[in-house]
Amino acid sequence: MLDLPEIYTENIHRWLPELLYYSLTTLKIAFFSFLLAVVFGVLIALCRISHKRVIRTLAVCSIEVARGLPIVVVLYIVYFVPPQLFPGLDWSWFDDFTGAVLGLGIHGGAILAEVFRSGIEALHKGQREAALSLGMTPAKAMTHIILPQATRIVLPPVGNYAIGLLKDTSLCTLIGVNEIMNGAKSIAFSDYQPMAVFVLVAAIYFVMSYPLSLLVRAMERRMRVAH
Amino acid sequence: MSFFEILEKNGWYFFTTLLSGWPATLMVAAGALVFALVFGLIIALMRISTWKLVRWPSTAYVEFFRGTPALVQLFVIYFGFPDWGYQPTPIQAAVIGLGMNGAAYISEIYRAGIESIHRGQTEAALSLGMTPASAMQHIILPQAIRTMLPPMTNFAIVLLKDTAIVFAVGVLEVMALARQLVTETLTSAPIYLMAGAMYLCVTIPMARIAARLERQRQAWH
Amino acid sequence: MSKAGSGAAAGQPLLKIQDLHKRFGLLEVLQGVDLDVARGEKVSIIGPSGSGKTTLLRCINYLEKPSAGHIYIDGTLIGEKKVGDRYVHLTDRELARERQEIGFVFQRFNLFPHLTALGNVTVAPIRVLGLSREVAELRGREMLQKVGLGHKADEYPERLSGGQQQRVAIARVLAMQPKLMLFDEATSALDPELIGEVLRVMRQLADEGATMVIVTHEIQFAGDVSDRVIFMDQGRIVEQGPPRDVLGRPSEARTREFLKHIQDR
Repeated sequence: MLDLPEIYTENIHRWLPELLYYSLTTLKIAFFSFLLAVVFGVLIALCRISHKRVIRTLAVCSIEVARGLPIVVVLYIVYFVPPQLFPGLDWSWFDDFTGAVLGLGIHGGAILAEVFRSGIEALHKGQREAALSLGMTPAKAMTHIILPQATRIVLPPVGNYAIGLLKDTSLCTLIGVNEIMNGAKSIAFSDYQPMAVFVLVAAIYFVMSYPLSLLVRAMERRMRVAH
Repeated sequence: MSFFEILEKNGWYFFTTLLSGWPATLMVAAGALVFALVFGLIIALMRISTWKLVRWPSTAYVEFFRGTPALVQLFVIYFGFPDWGYQPTPIQAAVIGLGMNGAAYISEIYRAGIESIHRGQTEAALSLGMTPASAMQHIILPQAIRTMLPPMTNFAIVLLKDTAIVFAVGVLEVMALARQLVTETLTSAPIYLMAGAMYLCVTIPMARIAARLERQRQAWH
Repeated sequence: MSKAGSGAAAGQPLLKIQDLHKRFGLLEVLQGVDLDVARGEKVSIIGPSGSGKTTLLRCINYLEKPSAGHIYIDGTLIGEKKVGDRYVHLTDRELARERQEIGFVFQRFNLFPHLTALGNVTVAPIRVLGLSREVAELRGREMLQKVGLGHKADEYPERLSGGQQQRVAIARVLAMQPKLMLFDEATSALDPELIGEVLRVMRQLADEGATMVIVTHEIQFAGDVSDRVIFMDQGRIVEQGPPRDVLGRPSEARTREFLKHIQDR
């Protein structure tokens, strides 16, 4: 039988610093792909409510495709396919880290687009009418009345997305990014301690994601009280 | 060779090879779904218990499994369990891993479903002279199932997509075969795109069904 | 003859509506409405639901685009402009400029839930008129004071009763100092015991000489406050005149029927 406490007391001083070092990459991927996803999400959501039918259809299709694909498949397609489709271009800048951020960002954009759209649509149309009747232009009504309210509605689901994203960064090891899972694999197999190392990694992920989920739940509670 | 030349020459071979990965994909998805449905119900019942000693471990379970990536859970089971003297096969590890992960999510669906049925429903049924059993059968369950069906369908889609990571513990499913084909033919674009298209052929119709169920449920209220 | 009389006799009318039509698909909700409202005049519009009175009000503020016909305020076309012989729609900015002069009080208040009562009253003066925050808040507090809610300036709408919310909504309109105020069934969404406080505020505004067009189901109130009552049915004005005529001895059968129906309730 495995004596985990003993293994940890013997090894943690070597494992933890190394794993934490790798977890910086994990956080970096999560951070940049989150920013990208918000930008994509806003753009796609705007297309989704556009008056032009073609643009709307394109947005719907991109959302359905991105949501219908496993994230690993998105990562593989984004990272491996473009260089092969356009071999003439210079792809030297396109490393695994960039591919991971781009892949997760595109996928997240599709998720957030739906979140943003439903946030705007959740508002009663009376809000817009009241703003217009006071002499605001549609743009001002959007900035001062609609968006501030939509932001609050949207915050909890965006938080949930961020939690999911943090966990999904673990998939980047599958396209070879040197993040915490990759680090864990190399330690686990060189030290012949897979159980202890992977449980430790799980704990690190938990420590990163749990505060976030407490925050989201607090926001959700506040929303429920407010309504 | 251009993309289309490759596709014309090897397309059929790619297609049949990838297709042969589907039985494993579907088997893992179905196995994990059954595992999650059963285990998730146990967790859900524990979580609504009035007994703290029962409630606490189930809450901890849900929090931990929702707070860590499925890939890590798979690694613990496949690479870690042998340390405890049990070496699961890749498929076993995948079913247990995704199943335990799914149970944490699905227990929340059960819980929401049970809690969504207003207590007044039972009381109304009993006041009409129904026995508790027939109230459960004719009044509560039909409503709870309607409430839970759309999120369950969505969960099944998520589960199917999650199977795309189990090649990491050696299951020979669609993505594993895709990777093998890439190493074999040194061409990636058509293979990964084809694999993606295959997933879409399954997930998009499923999402349509889930959306239709959800609309029906809302119309019903 | 009441001071309202016909609009033309009292100089240029503040509001002039010419042959207004509005279609929703096959349904013609307004079938040619002509209406003049003089400066300082209070006009109440009554009629069964579906008679087009709310649509008429929404068209005046261009929340609905009329299918045909024209609306003028102080001689200015609303929602469109004449280029040569053609009428073209205004840009968003031009339309917003015109709406500043027309206040609209909604049946369901439509307060902005993310802003306090004072925030609701100051957001348009600040963002639309470009007033400084200090000036806007001064004016805003004054308006809240006026509707009897000076002490609720820092409350959020969710903490206010329906009657209080509607009074804040009225203060929000007043803060823009509009030439014309439109009330769309301002008390219909309120519990009976809260209706009085809103009607009191409206009566006060009327006494101060505001120009008001009021769509309402409160026949008694319409009779007390208005210079003129208009009865609408099936998208047309059926009868209009001083309250004692229209409400007291209506000349049209449909008006009598409607009033009898209301009293029976």
